[in-house]
Formats: sequence, C-alpha cells, structure tokens
Amino acid sequence: MNSPSARAYTFTGLALLALLALTIGVAYVDLGPLNTAVAMAISLAKGALIILFFMHVRYSRPILWLFVGAGFFWLGIMFVLALSDYMTRGW
Amino acid sequence: MSEAAAHPVEHQFDDAEQQREAATMGMWLFIATEILFFGGMFLGYTAYRHSYPQAFAEASRHTLIAFGGTNTAVLLISSSVMAFAVRAAKNNRRGLLGLLLLLTASLGALFLVIKGFEYAREIHEGLLPGRAFHIDAADPQHAEMFFYIYWLMTAVHAFHVTIGVILIGFFALRAWFRNAFKNHDTPVELLGLYWHFVDIVWVFLFPLIYMIDRHS
Repeated sequence: MNSPSARAYTFTGLALLALLALTIGVAYVDLGPLNTAVAMAISLAKGALIILFFMHVRYSRPILWLFVGAGFFWLGIMFVLALSDYMTRGW
Repeated sequence: MSEAAAHPVEHQFDDAEQQREAATMGMWLFIATEILFFGGMFLGYTAYRHSYPQAFAEASRHTLIAFGGTNTAVLLISSSVMAFAVRAAKNNRRGLLGLLLLLTASLGALFLVIKGFEYAREIHEGLLPGRAFHIDAADPQHAEMFFYIYWLMTAVHAFHVTIGVILIGFFALRAWFRNAFKNHDTPVELLGLYWHFVDIVWVFLFPLIYMIDRHS
C-alpha cells in the first residue's frame, strides 16, 4: 500500500480548517433554503477528504472501497426509505 | 526495515500485506455498524427537523457556537496529528509516534473539557431537557425536542471521544515503554481509522446543531 506524503497530510489538514471557516462564514449569510444544502455539501467535502487521505482509502485496493461504501449504502437505504414516508405526508 | 524482523504472519494469511488488508476490512466493518448506529440518530433529527423547522431553527440559535466552532477546529487538528502519528508508526519512529499520540489524546481531552464547560452553561441556562427545562421560544415543546436530540447525540459522540482518548493514551505508553509497534503498525492504523471516524461524525453534527439558522 502506498501511503500519502507528509505534504498531502498537511494540505488535507489545512483544507479541513479552511472549510470549517467557510461553513461558519456562510451560515451568517441568508441563502434561504440553500443554507442547509451548502452546509451539508461542505460537511460532505470534509468527510471525503478525511476518508480519502487520513483514512488512506484513496491508496487502497477496490475491495476496501466496497467495505467503505457498504456502510454508507446501508445508511442511504435507511434514510431514503424512512424519509420517503416523512417527506411525502400530506399532514 | 528487514523482512526477518517483521511481525509474524498468522497461518491463515499468505503474507503480511494480506493480513493488514484483512484487519483494515474488519475495522471498516465495525465502522459500518457505527455509521448505522449514529445514522439512526441523524435520521431521528432529520424527521423531527422536517416536522418542526421553526422550533428547531429557534432552538439552534440558543446553542453556543463559539464552543462548537472551537471544538470542531480542535478535533480536525487532532485528526491531522493522528494521521502523522500513523505515518510515524509506519516509519518505525518510536519517539515521534509516542509524542504525536500523546498530542492527539491531549487534543481529544481538550475537546471534552470545552464540551464540559458548554454543557455546564447550558444546564445553567435551563437547556437540559426535563422538569427544569425552560426556553424563550414560540414552541418550547419542540425546542425541547431539539435539545433532547442535541444532548443525546453529543453525549454519545463525547463517549466515543472518551474511549478514543483512553485508547490513544494507552497506545502512546505502549509505543514508548514497550516499543510495541516496531514493524507492526497495523494497530495504530486501525486506531487512527476509529479516531477519524469520530471526527467525521462531529463534522456533520456541527452544522446541524449550531447553524440551522444563524443569519436571521
């Protein structure tokens, strides 16, 4: 397994802190319903950086991607099925 | 590092690389159960927030964003230090490994201390659900529901941080006094995966708790 360089770790850490500053800054701007969407997009970007670089998934074989993806896939099933009820109720 | 000095390969594996990959997959399987464990709470949050958006927005403005923001930075930095610790383990840098693990655990402990002060202030302000709960909001019942979810999720998360701090501190001692991870960095790598996962949970909790509606 290749492992990331110290530079890659430093850049990842700095990018995470920059995204934190961005998410706080954006929260004080009125974007209407987009505020939550933007906040979640930034969180997803942070999560992806952590998973790919700090957790070394970027440098791993496809079989590990399957194991990583499975957890999020099941999470997706839980959310989609449950919210397809909550978000479509007429009451 | 010479092959002869490497950690022994268990008989069911072809080589050290396969053994390492199997261990990593096992850890990710555990993390999948953790994703679903926290996922249930995130789902509950989403369903309630969808039903009572105003109450949640109002309650969220009562949370203490200075504490939350600082703590997010503390955890992100500790995750970065942990990444360097795993690298030090790989390179057999025993002293550096112990130092970086100790720094990671200290930042985790700092997170808990800050969280403790935040909890104390919230209890003082009456934001702990129960008989003493009171909030200046249009819909206090559902604002209380927000705070119930807030306390549950942050407490379960803080419990995970506590376990992490203890394990990382223990690993630091084992690196220093036993040189336990010489040519055997897989345990450090797996501990790192746990710590990064706990960080990711907080990355999602932070905006959902503190920043539902800060601009009005």
